[in-house]
Amino acid sequence: MALLSFERKYRVRGGTLIGGDLFDFWVGPFYVGFFGVTTAISATLGTLLIFYAASLGPTWNPWLISIAPPDISYGLALAPLREGGFWQIITICAIAAFVSWALREVEICRKLGMGYHVPFAYGFAIFAYVTLEVVRPVLLGAWGFAFPYGIFSHLDWVSNTGYQYLHFHYNPAHMIAVSFFFVTGGALAFHGALVLSSVNPAPGEDIKSPEYEDAFFRDSIGYSVGTLGIHRLGLFFALSAGFWSAVCIVISGPLWTRGWPEWWTWWLNLPIWS
Amino acid sequence: MARYQNMFTQVQLRGPLEAGPPLRGATFTRSGSGFYNYWMGKFGNAQIGPIYLGTLGMASLIFAFLAFEIIGLNMWASVNWSPVQFVRMLPWLALEPPGPEYGFSMFVPLNKGGWWLIAGFCMTTSLILWFLRTYIRARALGMGTHVAWAFLSGIFLIITLGFIRPMLMGSWAEAVPFGIFPHLDWTAAFSIRYGNLFYNPFHCLSIVFLYGSTLLFAMHGATILAVGRYGGEREIEQIIDRGTASERAALFWRWTMGFNATMESIHRWAWWFAVLTPLTGGIGILLTGTVVDNWYLWAVMHHYAPGYPGTGVIDPASLPGAPK
Repeated sequence: MALLSFERKYRVRGGTLIGGDLFDFWVGPFYVGFFGVTTAISATLGTLLIFYAASLGPTWNPWLISIAPPDISYGLALAPLREGGFWQIITICAIAAFVSWALREVEICRKLGMGYHVPFAYGFAIFAYVTLEVVRPVLLGAWGFAFPYGIFSHLDWVSNTGYQYLHFHYNPAHMIAVSFFFVTGGALAFHGALVLSSVNPAPGEDIKSPEYEDAFFRDSIGYSVGTLGIHRLGLFFALSAGFWSAVCIVISGPLWTRGWPEWWTWWLNLPIWS
Repeated sequence: MARYQNMFTQVQLRGPLEAGPPLRGATFTRSGSGFYNYWMGKFGNAQIGPIYLGTLGMASLIFAFLAFEIIGLNMWASVNWSPVQFVRMLPWLALEPPGPEYGFSMFVPLNKGGWWLIAGFCMTTSLILWFLRTYIRARALGMGTHVAWAFLSGIFLIITLGFIRPMLMGSWAEAVPFGIFPHLDWTAAFSIRYGNLFYNPFHCLSIVFLYGSTLLFAMHGATILAVGRYGGEREIEQIIDRGTASERAALFWRWTMGFNATMESIHRWAWWFAVLTPLTGGIGILLTGTVVDNWYLWAVMHHYAPGYPGTGVIDPASLPGAPK
């Protein structure tokens, strides 16, 4: 049922980082492994705590449920459960789940004889999350600087945090991050489209080879990065977007406390202008 | 336990440059025969060129050049033609659209926004010509036209911001100025004016597709590189005759998250996520100010934003003497 036609020959022992053969099995399509167990425990505990904390809150409206970090007055201390303690435990569960997931990906890579690119890439997402929820609050001295867990409440946090620095678009790292997001979207559109246009050619045509893909991009813009290169390029763009996003928020507060438009006065005051 | 991680090309082959398949129904031939670049070859293909210029391509570049020159010269004029101040102030310089007093008139004095209209026209023409070029280039090779339609989705957002929405609002002043910081100022002011765009559901969708596109490209790029030793980057071959690279790539995601795409369907996921980003974003822009005046109040009305108790402060915009 859960097996694809070619799957059985790939389901072999080994590749685990820890636990040997103990958890080396599948449940339906899912591989378990030691880190599957730790993922399941931390993700389930975190999710249940979100629901429990929500049940103590004022609403069951899924858009409005929000589990907030402790007030700034608690600093970096532990807070009572209903005063942000839930948020603290949920954050620990989330980090444990994310790291477990990444390590489980490593085990699956080893089992399938693949490179470690996917868990490496996922590490950038974890890095950005930890930067927002742990590193920056620690640098600023209070958990209250982290964002709350809620669909629209976390958008409010983004809005409010942005306006604390007057105009966040002037944050140079934010500029780089947004540019990488847009470029990634464009590159993904072109890569997806190019492959689809080769295997779904004009009516009555044979499927086209990569020689045609290269020719299309050379004809259009004078360069084709190639079938291998586009995946390096896409991975680089996507990871850069995540990396610079983390940078743009961690420098806001710990490094620069005034409005971001003001930061650019160094450019206006360079000695070369006079 | 050293294992091969596909990061850079270690061996580069050199032979006759690829000329590309013959073009059908083309007016011109390809320009040049290309050349090799060692450092490009480290990352992707080492061959640069040839290029097909063609009528549409040349026309598109001319219009792009005109738009670029009009914008640049207007910015330079705004600092009294001082070369030093032009460079110093460049990030702050703008070519602004006509003021609200001109409405949606096509005839505006050049220094009151007329240049903005001409620059916008040239830029839009350039983009549409380039869209036609991508369509014709694909057909000249007998390929599908997916690139052209994806590109059109981006053009839709640009035309929405600079033409369709100003037309619906009856004022060019609603459009985006040209300029580095000025267009960022416009974005922030637009969000505040219409009650925080974060509460615009189509803005939410657009962000989801933008972040989703980034996530997908990270997942896809990483997966293909990770099965590089099995020839995973030969995607077309893997689509029509599935090999072990495809099987391992699929099983990786199946074992990780219980679901997998195929070598063809991942590119359909990619295409749709990327194309829906500007498409949903454009819809969100079209609805702002035309249908919905304040997204926060709209969200309160539709029960997805909390309402706050009144402060007793009267909104000056609601007073009789306020400008309409």
